[in-house]
Amino acid sequence: MCDQTFLAITFGPCDNCSQNKPLMNIYLKNEPINYCSLCVELMACQGLAKGETTNTLKAESESLKAKLEEERAKLHDVELHQVAEKIDALGQFVMKTRRTLKGHGNKVLCMDWCRDKRRIVSSSQDGKVIVWDAYTTNKEHAVTMPCTWVMACAYAPSGCAVACGGLDNKCSVYPLSLDKNENLAAKKKSVAMHTNYLSSCSFTNSDMQILTSSGDGTCALWDVESGQLLQSFHGHSADVLSLDLAPSETGNTFVSGGCDKKANVWDMRSGQNVQSFETHESDINNVKYYPSGDAFATGSDDATCRLYDLRADREVAIYSKDSIIFGASSVDFSLSGRLLFAGYNDYTINVWDVLKGTRVAILFGHENRVSTVRVSPDGTAFCSGSWDNTLRVSAYLRSSGESELRNILYNTV
Amino acid sequence: MTINTLSQDGVQRQQMPCLTKMERMIISMQDPDMGIKLRNQRLLITVIPHKCSISDEEALHVGQLFVKYGYIYPLKEPRNLILKADDSSYRFQTPYYWMSTRWPASELDYAIYLAKKNIRKQGELIEYEKECYNALHKRINHTWDFVVMQAREQLRASKQRRKGDRIVLECQEQAYWLVNRPPPGTQDSIDHGPERRTTNTRVQLNSYHNHFYVKYCEQYQPHDPIMQGCLPSNPWITDDIMFWNMNSETVALPTKLRVERWSFSFMELLNDQMGRKEFLTYLEKEFSAENLCFWQACEDVRHGETAKIPEKVDEVYKQFLAPGASRWVNIDSKTMEKTLEGLKRPHRFVLDDAQMHIYFLMKKDSYPRYLKSELYKNLLARAIVPQETKKSVFPFMRRQRHSSPSPALATQTAEDDGKAKKTRIVTINNIKLKLNPIRKKKRFWDSQIYK
Repeated sequence: MCDQTFLAITFGPCDNCSQNKPLMNIYLKNEPINYCSLCVELMACQGLAKGETTNTLKAESESLKAKLEEERAKLHDVELHQVAEKIDALGQFVMKTRRTLKGHGNKVLCMDWCRDKRRIVSSSQDGKVIVWDAYTTNKEHAVTMPCTWVMACAYAPSGCAVACGGLDNKCSVYPLSLDKNENLAAKKKSVAMHTNYLSSCSFTNSDMQILTSSGDGTCALWDVESGQLLQSFHGHSADVLSLDLAPSETGNTFVSGGCDKKANVWDMRSGQNVQSFETHESDINNVKYYPSGDAFATGSDDATCRLYDLRADREVAIYSKDSIIFGASSVDFSLSGRLLFAGYNDYTINVWDVLKGTRVAILFGHENRVSTVRVSPDGTAFCSGSWDNTLRVSAYLRSSGESELRNILYNTV
Repeated sequence: MTINTLSQDGVQRQQMPCLTKMERMIISMQDPDMGIKLRNQRLLITVIPHKCSISDEEALHVGQLFVKYGYIYPLKEPRNLILKADDSSYRFQTPYYWMSTRWPASELDYAIYLAKKNIRKQGELIEYEKECYNALHKRINHTWDFVVMQAREQLRASKQRRKGDRIVLECQEQAYWLVNRPPPGTQDSIDHGPERRTTNTRVQLNSYHNHFYVKYCEQYQPHDPIMQGCLPSNPWITDDIMFWNMNSETVALPTKLRVERWSFSFMELLNDQMGRKEFLTYLEKEFSAENLCFWQACEDVRHGETAKIPEKVDEVYKQFLAPGASRWVNIDSKTMEKTLEGLKRPHRFVLDDAQMHIYFLMKKDSYPRYLKSELYKNLLARAIVPQETKKSVFPFMRRQRHSSPSPALATQTAEDDGKAKKTRIVTINNIKLKLNPIRKKKRFWDSQIYK
């Protein structure tokens, strides 16, 4: 039924080099011929041809995966959503945008809350890192980084500094000065050095140590004062996109997720990879611990979010829907862990019931990809940053008599 | 065929899996039996069929994305890539021009397209197209002969087709380039962030207890403002920061919920500064306060500056571990031996074992007794349950949102001992200025009452 009145071969043996490749359909002397793009370039500018090798271990890993699933299915376990059947379903959740923070000139890539529950730091593609009092919407500090695509930013636990980095392959710490005339960049401390972009950073329990993840496939723990590398974590076979520290009592582990579809749990002290989970079908964009520290959630380009239990050492829930086809870029739990907020590349935020596996709300309003979603430290609100240059702080409005159910679109007050 | 990038070592990695899914949906939409109604080679978007239950709004949203990514294109206003919920006509894009088939759009192709347009309409390119054309002419100048030759050849080939087909093909090509080379000012829907590389398995099948999650969520639900609201009110909704003030670190009397939370786990008690202080008071009565102090000192070593580790470890040893120390902690002999041995070469984790031992001692022994103690029960009884703020009668009378002192201020005034007092005064004045509005308001109302 598609409009096509001629047959065009888009993949197959090239008429010139005979290799099986994507083809370009061009005309030579009124005759249609199919050349691969390489040969076209060759012909167009008489350059040198390059050979390429292809290698498929994929077939083997696919068959191993199938065997794994077979074994798993044999074990008759009660799934999380079955246990959760007995508890009450959640009603409609009406979230309202309470603050819109405008000021970034380009895509907002990352944000983090301060422990005082109202300040945030955000970073964007144009190299700006801004510290806001989200409650009043005032900008308190602004730093211009020497690079674009500042993909990571973090607030120090004391509230006295922020860390950020991106395409400069570094993580820098800026102490926040209250002197309006002082240039924050002057006191900048270059802490981490990677060999590829910085994707995520986080302070540990104090201002003195930073954990970073990078496009070079490693994570690393750094001492802020000296810039010394304390521990590095190797094990991912592709870019590491996200990390999160465990809220456990011994405080010694963290989880990371990357483009190799794996989520790895690491021991910070020894540098060992203690657990690994690989059930996603595409890049893992974000990882976040469940509030108790016994599990973590991931958001991935395969349009699903999944919950992995650390003690059971397996995935226990998938949050997906047929109508959600774009990747999840960012996830975070509500304070009780009952709700999972996930920001997607189709400009929406979906709110999932963690226990039942169902979606309880879908939030529209952003005009471009949602790149980051974070719940505030006391769970009163959540902030979403987007490629539409804005950040929005939203909270749950318990409607008392007002019928807000149809009004799911954002209203700024 | 899906988009693949071949990396250096040749492992294929599928990019943008969303496209595969979109394409699956597009194909099913065109199913002659179950798909959308088609009319004379055009189609109208009236109802988008859905096998799962999704709302109209969501269906429209998904449709919008189809248009943005070029799987469906509008006929009336081809440059306006949005889906309207009315009678306007759209057409499915041919798979030849699907993003997965032809992505990334090559410069060579674009140059050929613009050259064709130039020749056909005799130089009637739009502004930004003219700019692109000139830029390409400069950039790939060495291929220009090929470009012009191809443009002419393709035009000649298309003249040999039926008129209807030719028009359709032109529309398709135009739609493709509107998506892949959007005019400046419009949204670039194919922007997907910085390049991600690629390179280059353990089965544990245990039974698990999902009941844990249910219990945890139920226990914390009253504390989750998004699930159950918070008292007196959520500051973000009502612009009243009472909730934060009542739960601050230095408040005189804590809220009931907060004190209850200390009983959930030892970690909850320690994570709250006030809880920690209360616990310390209790331990002092039990003459085991040194345990908590030791634990805190160990935390300081673990998370502090690397340079200060040796001196900190030394302090800890003198105060807590040395025989006859003023605050000697009771660790088992094996751990003590191991720790003392490690102290000869102090590092960040040298006190870990001892710290863990004391932590679990407190957790198993002192903590449960604290929860049963008079001190805790007393506090719980006295703790406040805030009144819910009544919703104001006039919703448009918005409260003024006051700023709060930045956390950076506290430490800065402590640190800047060397700096002139001037700076300190300036910052304090800033706070005064910020707090003034409240004071002024108060006086106003006071005077009203006295009238």
